[in-house]
Amino acid sequence: MISFIAKRLAQSVLVMAIVSAVSFSLFNFVGDPVNNMVGQDATREQRLEIRDKLGLDDPIITQYSRFVGNILQAEFGLSYRIKRPVDDLIVERLPATLELVFVSAVISLFFGIVLGIYTGIKRNSWISRVILSTSLAGVSLPTFVIGIGLIYLFAVHLRWLPSSGRSGVVELGWWKTSLITLEGWRSIILPAITLSLFQLTLILRLVRAEMMEVMRTDFIKFARARGLTERAINFRHALRNTLVPVITIIGLNIGGLVAFSVVTETVFQWPGTGLMFIQAVNFVDVPIMAAYLVFVALLFVIINLIVDILYFVVDPRIRLGG
Amino acid sequence: MHIKKLLTASIIALIAANPALAENVLRWTSQGDALTLDPHSQNESPTIAMNGQMYESLVTRDADLILHPELAESWEAGPDGWTFKLRKGVKFHNGADFTAEDVIFSFERAMHEASDYKEQIKSITSIEAIDDYTVKMVTNGINPILPNQLTSLYIMDKGWSDANNVSVPMNYAAKEETFAVRNANGTGPFILVSRAPDEMTVLARNADWWGEGMFPGNVDKIEYRPISNAATRVAALLSGEVDFVLDPPLQDLKRIEATEGLSVKTAAQIRSIFFGMDQGSNKLRTSNVDGNPFKDVRVREAMNLAIDRDAIKRVVMEGLAFPTSMITSPGVLGNTPENDPPVKTDPERAKALLAEAGYPDGFTVRLDCPNDRYNNDEKICQAAVSMYARIGVIVNLDAIPKSQHFPKIQNRETDFYMLGWGVPTLDSHYVFSYLLDAEGSWNAAGYDNARVNEITDAIAIETDGDKRTSMINEAWIQVKADMPYVPIHHQVLAWGLASTVDIPIAADDAFRPRFAVMK
Repeated sequence: MISFIAKRLAQSVLVMAIVSAVSFSLFNFVGDPVNNMVGQDATREQRLEIRDKLGLDDPIITQYSRFVGNILQAEFGLSYRIKRPVDDLIVERLPATLELVFVSAVISLFFGIVLGIYTGIKRNSWISRVILSTSLAGVSLPTFVIGIGLIYLFAVHLRWLPSSGRSGVVELGWWKTSLITLEGWRSIILPAITLSLFQLTLILRLVRAEMMEVMRTDFIKFARARGLTERAINFRHALRNTLVPVITIIGLNIGGLVAFSVVTETVFQWPGTGLMFIQAVNFVDVPIMAAYLVFVALLFVIINLIVDILYFVVDPRIRLGG
Repeated sequence: MHIKKLLTASIIALIAANPALAENVLRWTSQGDALTLDPHSQNESPTIAMNGQMYESLVTRDADLILHPELAESWEAGPDGWTFKLRKGVKFHNGADFTAEDVIFSFERAMHEASDYKEQIKSITSIEAIDDYTVKMVTNGINPILPNQLTSLYIMDKGWSDANNVSVPMNYAAKEETFAVRNANGTGPFILVSRAPDEMTVLARNADWWGEGMFPGNVDKIEYRPISNAATRVAALLSGEVDFVLDPPLQDLKRIEATEGLSVKTAAQIRSIFFGMDQGSNKLRTSNVDGNPFKDVRVREAMNLAIDRDAIKRVVMEGLAFPTSMITSPGVLGNTPENDPPVKTDPERAKALLAEAGYPDGFTVRLDCPNDRYNNDEKICQAAVSMYARIGVIVNLDAIPKSQHFPKIQNRETDFYMLGWGVPTLDSHYVFSYLLDAEGSWNAAGYDNARVNEITDAIAIETDGDKRTSMINEAWIQVKADMPYVPIHHQVLAWGLASTVDIPIAADDAFRPRFAVMK
């Protein structure tokens, strides 16, 4: 067990190193931050001086090793754009993203499983067909279009919900939450739905497929033969067996939700880490881009590690192989 | 009886304390939030606009861009510089008195190495207080347009800055943010209430402002929230969540106009869009011909005649542009009807000129163009590509983000490029010194005319107004003959407003809340 975890940890460190190296080398193609940092009347000498101060003209290897050295000392530098420490900015923005991800995970789980079961059992009803064809829109329409569509329907046309922003924020220590006020819920609902649609569709289709698969197996036939009620068969026996792969997928998709939140946060001006990342890309704010990519990579690595360890506990075959 | 009295008193107190009653709250949005509240740290429009509501400068401009006294009451030029008489009885938001000491402190702060304004006021060699309300600025030679250069140079309180350890602007070497990044203490009409960058900034009316009652504005509270996505920004206006959008996209203006209770205001902007042709290099980098066709004035004229600016205005800009044959806009000293005559399009003549110059079959060249900087920038370039094809010049378009585009111009790595130029001083010197002087830092066209260089230096120190204007005129006539650039149009700016607010639109795209009237 210990050697298995050690091996996985070593692999994670390698993954982090590769991700940071690849993302760092990409920054050279994003453009020159200096032009965004000074007014148009700055002279060429002043521009060169700033490049020099920031070390932008050093060889890429030097820049990268300086970057890694700083990370190891938990030193992420100062944002070029707003000149504030990057770790402060991420800590400040993280609650907004995590709350958005949490609410959309709940939405996609709840509706995904419920609708999945329904369409799995009542395969031929017209309601199932409507649900399935609507859910196609969830996977095929870009998040951007869904978001703008929801804004125009619920904010501009019906005027039920605010079009953008995060209001009703209450400070609980350093954590700013918008989940304990009505105003906060009104502003989170549209972005959360937008972010959840893709995952919801995925879970719905997965649960449905698993449900149909399990319903064909022998032990369900046995259950029927034993004279159990349909309700007991569906929920106690069939559903339990479908949930194993669903839980695996969900674990991995939490990371996906954080990554997808970039688009949703931009459309809804949701002040989380994703919006910060997009603004950093437009400005070529390298310290923020670097820290954000490392953060997302770390998130994926941790989730993967946990899932691997869970597998190890659950599935004896891995123990034998590893 | 006693209880009744108490009840009445508390109801009165409640009514008095409830700010929602009869309070004019202006809610507005734009794409980009201010980067910092430190007034000398970033010379960037949204930052200047935000800080200009709390801080003030010695001189300011109204919506017609006419210079007015702000913290200075009057100013005059002497043989070696300018003397400013300061306004008396002005207080900072923290209650401190405004005196000459604060002006000297702020200018020295703005001249600091870490300041983004040091270039703008580099003509000032020293600054001294004659008395508490008189300041003398000694300049390196006479600078006839110094007041024009001071309109966004905001004055801070020396005591407050020293106490909060912000006596110099934030610099890149610092590891920690300074107090001035998120706190402000100016003399202006609005006081900072709260600020969450990229979320919401709330300002409240300063009842002790010196200008109280002198301006039409009646706004008590300003709520600003940036919305970076254009469609969402327009949605916030359509849904009534904001009263004012500074930068709605041009394609949504008709929709805003058609909505009841909303209107659109447009104005000619002080920003001209043009192409630059590198006529300084001996060989073009991206062309199939040897040498440099742009060195020949006939080729440059052909490049100008090939562009149908009216078609660009009609098809690409939805009518929102002023076609031009000059690279600076009306409103800038030097733009006259003679220097900015109606545009001409003549592909036949252009072809003939190319043949005369030795390029009967045209040539190829790459056009570098930004795709996220100016109104419809990439589409303008696409239109130009097809117009040049008609005269046999094959243009390969490279449209890229501004962060990659502008370094090409800065580093002189482009043969043919799009650039837009605004003129904050409203004086041609700002155009000549950057775009037309041989040493100009944005002169990637490599234009070098001895007389124009001479005039650029001369108008920096000429105080005789008439003489100066005639020199500016002479230089523009020379530029018109040499055609170093291909001017396209002056941009139009548009604001979206609820009918409950009236804000004067200005060519510099600045929001002036002291003139904002809510009905």
